[in-house]
Amino acid sequence: MIANLEYATLQQIWWILCSVVGSLFLFLIFVQGGNTLLWQVAKNDTESALVMNSLGRKWEITFTTLVLFGGALFAAFPKFYATSFGGAYWVWMLILFTFIVQAVSFEYRKKPGNLLGAKVYELFLLINGTVGVLLIGAAVGTFFTGSNFTLSAYNQVTWTHPLRGLEAAFSLFNLSLGLFLVFNARMLGAMYLLNNINFSALDVLKARLRKAAWLNFLCALPFLLYVLVSLLLMQGFGVDEAGVVSMVDNKYLLNLLAMPLVLGLLLVGLVLVILAVLATAFKESSKGIWLAGLGTVLVGLALFFTAGFNQTPFYPSKADLQSSLTIYNASSSLYTLTAMTYVALGIPFVLAYIAYVWRQMDSQKLAAHEVMNDEAY
Amino acid sequence: MVDIDLDLVNWSRAQFALTAMYHWIFVPLTLGLSFLLAMFESIYVRTGDEKWKALTKFWMTLFGINFAIGVATGIILEFQFGTNWSNYSWMVGDIFGAPLAIEGIFAFFLEATFFAVMFFGWNRVSKRFHLFSTWMVAVGSNLSALWILVANAWMQNPVGMAFNPETARFEMENFWAVLFSPIAMSKFTHATSSGFLLASLFVITISSWYLLKGRHIEMAKRSIVVASVFGLLSSLYVGFTGDEAAFESAQKQPMKLAAFEGLYKGEQGAGLVAAGIINSAKKPGDDQSPFLFEVKLPGLLSLLANRESGSFVPGIDDLLYGNSEQKVMGVVDKMKLGQLAVADLAAFKQARQDKNDQAAGEALAGFTANKEFLGYGYLHTPEEAVPPVSTVFYSFHIMVILGMFFPVLFLAYLIYTLNGRIAAARWLLPVGVSSYFLGLVAQQMGWIVAEVGRQPWAIQGLLPVKIATTNLAVGHVQATFFMFLGLFTLLLIAEIKIMVKQIAIGPEGI
Ligand code: HDD
Ligand code: HEM
Ligand code: HEM
Repeated sequence: MIANLEYATLQQIWWILCSVVGSLFLFLIFVQGGNTLLWQVAKNDTESALVMNSLGRKWEITFTTLVLFGGALFAAFPKFYATSFGGAYWVWMLILFTFIVQAVSFEYRKKPGNLLGAKVYELFLLINGTVGVLLIGAAVGTFFTGSNFTLSAYNQVTWTHPLRGLEAAFSLFNLSLGLFLVFNARMLGAMYLLNNINFSALDVLKARLRKAAWLNFLCALPFLLYVLVSLLLMQGFGVDEAGVVSMVDNKYLLNLLAMPLVLGLLLVGLVLVILAVLATAFKESSKGIWLAGLGTVLVGLALFFTAGFNQTPFYPSKADLQSSLTIYNASSSLYTLTAMTYVALGIPFVLAYIAYVWRQMDSQKLAAHEVMNDEAY
Repeated sequence: MVDIDLDLVNWSRAQFALTAMYHWIFVPLTLGLSFLLAMFESIYVRTGDEKWKALTKFWMTLFGINFAIGVATGIILEFQFGTNWSNYSWMVGDIFGAPLAIEGIFAFFLEATFFAVMFFGWNRVSKRFHLFSTWMVAVGSNLSALWILVANAWMQNPVGMAFNPETARFEMENFWAVLFSPIAMSKFTHATSSGFLLASLFVITISSWYLLKGRHIEMAKRSIVVASVFGLLSSLYVGFTGDEAAFESAQKQPMKLAAFEGLYKGEQGAGLVAAGIINSAKKPGDDQSPFLFEVKLPGLLSLLANRESGSFVPGIDDLLYGNSEQKVMGVVDKMKLGQLAVADLAAFKQARQDKNDQAAGEALAGFTANKEFLGYGYLHTPEEAVPPVSTVFYSFHIMVILGMFFPVLFLAYLIYTLNGRIAAARWLLPVGVSSYFLGLVAQQMGWIVAEVGRQPWAIQGLLPVKIATTNLAVGHVQATFFMFLGLFTLLLIAEIKIMVKQIAIGPEGI
């Protein structure tokens, strides 16, 4: 069946798959958000050990999802991979540096003889959860605000801004998206910890986490509103039947109206997040992470779909409109997309064993006595 | 296509080499130690002996410390193809991106998920499920090796693809040909088994140190039994697959083979250089001797390269200037055809832009006739096609000499262990202590042979490295190079200090 799919269908399938991986990543950065909560919610050694160990068991999943996001884009949309990573060099490099330092921090923080001391590793985690997440938001923002590049006849990228991608962080829209993500990740982090830890005799920690979820939601809200309102009002990039790119008024509003399903994803996603926060803050629920996680994924999907579907270039160029990338001109060949679609049939299987393993592992909540020995993080 | 600043190319290379070599300090240990952990734990589950559990946990702690920095150094490699080799990524993403994505889906998640069970699941899942998880970590890490090596092998021997002149890029035509290319198979078996070997040396090094200090004697002895058997088998297999790798190089990358043997003038019944000192004044085409000193084993190179003792092995001069008698086409001639291909491709692009179908058709026909030489059209001199001979030669020989020494070492450990005298073998233990470091040297040398030996090609014969880079000002790459150098060195020092400390603390209760 897959062998008979049309090229355009495959390109759409792969944009959906990449969007799913990207949106899952936006949910899984609850690890990064949780990292930044450490000094705020944990006031003694037991509490910080609980927070660190609870997050430390999940960081690899988040990290691997990021790696997969890169790999999937490379395989499915190599022109995007080449243009964006090569062009916006410094944004990606800085994001990567924050993930490099994160990768060793859980393991090395508490180990004797760790050269830098626990505080530095905690600082690494903080940088990852703030600068790293903020820049990811800014990079995603350029899907709507556009970037500064031109492509030659051989598709070699030339970046026309001396900051090589860092300029993205100086747009109010991108910055707001980044800050929204930072606060949203912190909110998710608090909800995850509420769900994962056994709070017997630790009610203060629990109360602090509830408060953190609520406060971070409140902080996220203005940025979210700013992003949503701008998105609806802004001029966007459109591409016509002949492949000519031009600026279109209210392009993203038009996209949402043209794709009611996407509008639905956005609205349902927002409602789920709000319900989750209310249940966490006022109803003593510890299951908020599931609702808010799903909500975040839906909002992420809505963003990626708005950026890529309905005659919209997902990686537009401000410097030269006609260099903009669409899912149709940036993709791999028909053969590769077909082969990769067969490969993708394995994904449900992978998700199934991940879910199975974590149900086994998380069936008992993480308790204080487990994290106060030498083997723990 | 424009030639890019050579300074930029060299800094980009340096950065890739730096980060790849750091990654390769940790990765081979993961590949092998994961299997050793699975074996140790299997013995624990079979015997129920708590000492085996303590032993497993001890090695697992060291595994975790190594694993974390392996992951940290890996992520940058993946994204570096985009950041620093963006022309490359666009031109071959169709083929090269696929294994990377598959690696993510199937290997890294397997590794990451079961890693968590292995470390934190001792009291959370059943004994059997825990053991299963440990095996899955080993399978997952070696699967990731498979996919990345498939990608790398494709660069050494681009199969299963065709150049599409419309898009000016390489596109996949046969996934199975890419996956099962003989170079991919020899690379996968050789690189993973060399990882098994390295991990066995790691266990021997630390255990020998304990024996010398008179600490944790029982744990050390038990570890040595398993490691010396696993190491002996792996080291024999490494030799076997290494021979296979050399044979494949001879078939697909004869210039690489000529470089690692320092062979300038091709011969029938060529001899294998067992050891030698390269004459640094030697240039291709001149009459100087390539060696100041050499020990040769007659006839063996022909046997190694072609599996036939009297056969002809082309040297660097034959490959550059051609040898009509042996029907070897020289780079000189390939460059002429390559230049035609480059010009026809440009004409084709222009004709397409001008919407001139007839001109496009003619240019395309011309291009198709010479497209297999495309890459040669970008070389300026034939000598550019020669990799740095002495680097490749010495690296290869150091690797091979070490490769012959390791089986002997493992055998000695096995014999002394079996007759119960290992703790008293005061002459052998210090050699054992140093062996892990020798193994690391062999590992790095192996990659230098493979990667420096394929210069100037990013993709053998098709895409020279110099047109694969991202168009960046060199200062940016210099800045990131030093950031990586500083950061990775700092993390490496931290890793070593933590390792040493954990080894000093030792296992609990055994
Ligand atoms: C402990 C490490 C180790 C040891 C003892 C050996 N090798 Fe090796 N070798 C590697 C570790 C390695 C490696 C690092 O894993 C490489 C780099 C690329 C690859 O696929 O494996 C490699 C590459 C490599 C190549 C280049 C392949 C290519 O160009 O793609 C050849 C020809 C050999 N090896 C041959 C040998 C021979 C004949 C050995 C003698 C017994 C030997 N190796 C021992
Ligand atoms: C340029 C080539 C390479 C790239 C792009 C790359 C990429 C990566 C990435 C992204 C990770 C982190 C994965 C995670 O999220 O857990 C990683 C780890 C790993 N890679 Fe590589 N890698 C390369 C070379 C290699 C090679 C040659 C091998 C083996 C033959 C290998 C084996 C592994 C293993 C076993 C890990 C697990 C972590 C560890 O060992 O500590 N990699 N690599
Ligand atoms: C992990 C072990 C590896 C080491 C130590 C290593 C080493 C090197 C070195 C020394 C260079 C620079 C060569 C030069 O320009 O003189 C290089 C370049 C490169 N290697 Fe590797 N490599 C490794 C693995 C890989 C793998 C697994 C891949 C592919 C999947 C790969 C792809 C490349 C690419 C794309 C370049 C840049 C282009 C080029 O210089 O040809 N390398 N590597």
